[in-house]
Amino acid sequence: MIKDSTKANHTAKWLVSGPPLLFLLVFFVAPSIIMLFTSLRFPGEFGGLAPIAAPAEAVSGEYGLTLETYQFFFSDILYAEIFLKSFGVAAASTLICLIMAYPLALLIARSEKRFRNLMVLLVVLPFASNFLIRIYAWMIILGPESVLSHFINTVLGAFGIAPVTLLFSPFAVLVGMVYVHLPFMVLPLYTNLEKHDPALLDAAQDLGADAWQRFWRVTWPLSLPGVFSGSALVFIPVLGMFAIPDILGGTGDILVGNLIKDQFLGTRDWPFGSALSIMLTLAVLAITGLAAWFAQLATRQRSVTETE
Amino acid sequence: MRRSNIWLWFAAALVYAFLYIPLVIVVVYSFNDSKLNAEWVGFTLSWYKALFNNHEMLTAARNSLIIAVSASFCATILGTMAGLAIHRYKLKFLPVLVFTPVAMPEILLGVALLLFFLQVLNLTLGMISIIIAHTTFCIGFVAIIVRARLQGMDESVFEAARDLGASPWQTFRLITLPLIMPAVVAGALMSFTLSIDDFVITFFTKGVGEPILPIQIYTMIKVAVTPEVNAISTLLMLLTLTMIIIASKLDSSVLRRGTK
Repeated sequence: MIKDSTKANHTAKWLVSGPPLLFLLVFFVAPSIIMLFTSLRFPGEFGGLAPIAAPAEAVSGEYGLTLETYQFFFSDILYAEIFLKSFGVAAASTLICLIMAYPLALLIARSEKRFRNLMVLLVVLPFASNFLIRIYAWMIILGPESVLSHFINTVLGAFGIAPVTLLFSPFAVLVGMVYVHLPFMVLPLYTNLEKHDPALLDAAQDLGADAWQRFWRVTWPLSLPGVFSGSALVFIPVLGMFAIPDILGGTGDILVGNLIKDQFLGTRDWPFGSALSIMLTLAVLAITGLAAWFAQLATRQRSVTETE
Repeated sequence: MRRSNIWLWFAAALVYAFLYIPLVIVVVYSFNDSKLNAEWVGFTLSWYKALFNNHEMLTAARNSLIIAVSASFCATILGTMAGLAIHRYKLKFLPVLVFTPVAMPEILLGVALLLFFLQVLNLTLGMISIIIAHTTFCIGFVAIIVRARLQGMDESVFEAARDLGASPWQTFRLITLPLIMPAVVAGALMSFTLSIDDFVITFFTKGVGEPILPIQIYTMIKVAVTPEVNAISTLLMLLTLTMIIIASKLDSSVLRRGTK
């Protein structure tokens, strides 16, 4: 396409890529650097930041750059616990999403071609409605006056168990997380499963594999790249989510996202909030790298088995 | 094969029910003549009437529309350029910049932009800061859709145009743009929906004073839940669902936006 790198083509290249590049450098790269920089500063006396240069008559407080915020993070086990808890919630949500999404994705992939787009659209549609509305819907369903709450508590009462509150609990948080992120799992799984050659399953059947073996030894290993990319797409946003614990969770259901939010809109400790954000970024990068590595491994293993 | 299919259908039906029942409940209760979202009392439109008399809500809706139109306008132009650039020129840097804001937790972009607006630009937070923030994450979505469209196209049409002496601009205006137009429009609709729905990034980059729709809804949910929330939810759902259906008719890669 760009064999003849004439002057006009060169100009065109920068005319096309220049504006988005510039915009994202200013409004994405620069802010990220500022966030890193902020995490190395001292908090101001009244929130925000302490001045970076030594004021002539520094009364109190500190200035300059420091690693103190990070030391603070590692000095209190509470923060490690919140990070760990967030990882736990993200892992649980990912697993539940996978269990729910897999049969659906498989069904769509094995349906007739003309129905597939409609079935995918039906998965995406609820996803297109407002994020808050989807969480709010669960406030109604899990609320103390709801049919579900009444039903569960009647059943529990019959066994002599004290009534439970569904809303404002870790359970409600998990339900919300799964509900909001489920399509993220269905789509990559479907994209992967759709490409499988049905002849492979026929071959397995001819060789005497039953339905279960056909699934575990053919479909599942082949779908691993889809599983890993879907898992990353669920795990990452759940890890940083603050709105769902905020609305559906109780006072104790605090995740990293809530902690970060509080630093900016509550206690106004910007350096600590930034340091937490940097830690979250590192966690996300690690997860992304891990998922990509696993997906690659799965693909490579497949090509090895194919050549054997 | 038969029997496993029945189980698949059964599991899939459960998942579809899980996806739709909550939304149906919200819609149904918006017509319920009771202040509680508990039992069905009778049909009423009074929550919608209350909504249209709620001055702050109307202002919020207007503000959110302005933001969504502006942000999707900017994001469509920049995102189309980015999609073209990524497809045509092998730039290593650009894809990372375009797709990372889409992939990372929203809270990180919100925090980074908040710090940037306040420290570097010294900007008073408000409509402008929200429009910039929304544009930043919408660019990636438009670029994904446009690039997918370009990938499915026959390169020879562009070569033919060039062989016939068309300048890069002529090729773009007469060949490329008409061919990618459905993807561009789909991207615009997508950005509009994403912008009007966005809560997390808006939450961090909003100022005080100007009411914004998702923030109003959040406050209502947190402070005092009335079926007015159901009414605004139902209207918003109608709007965004229409947009997504049109977008997916224009370009089916919209349906795969989660897969990148």
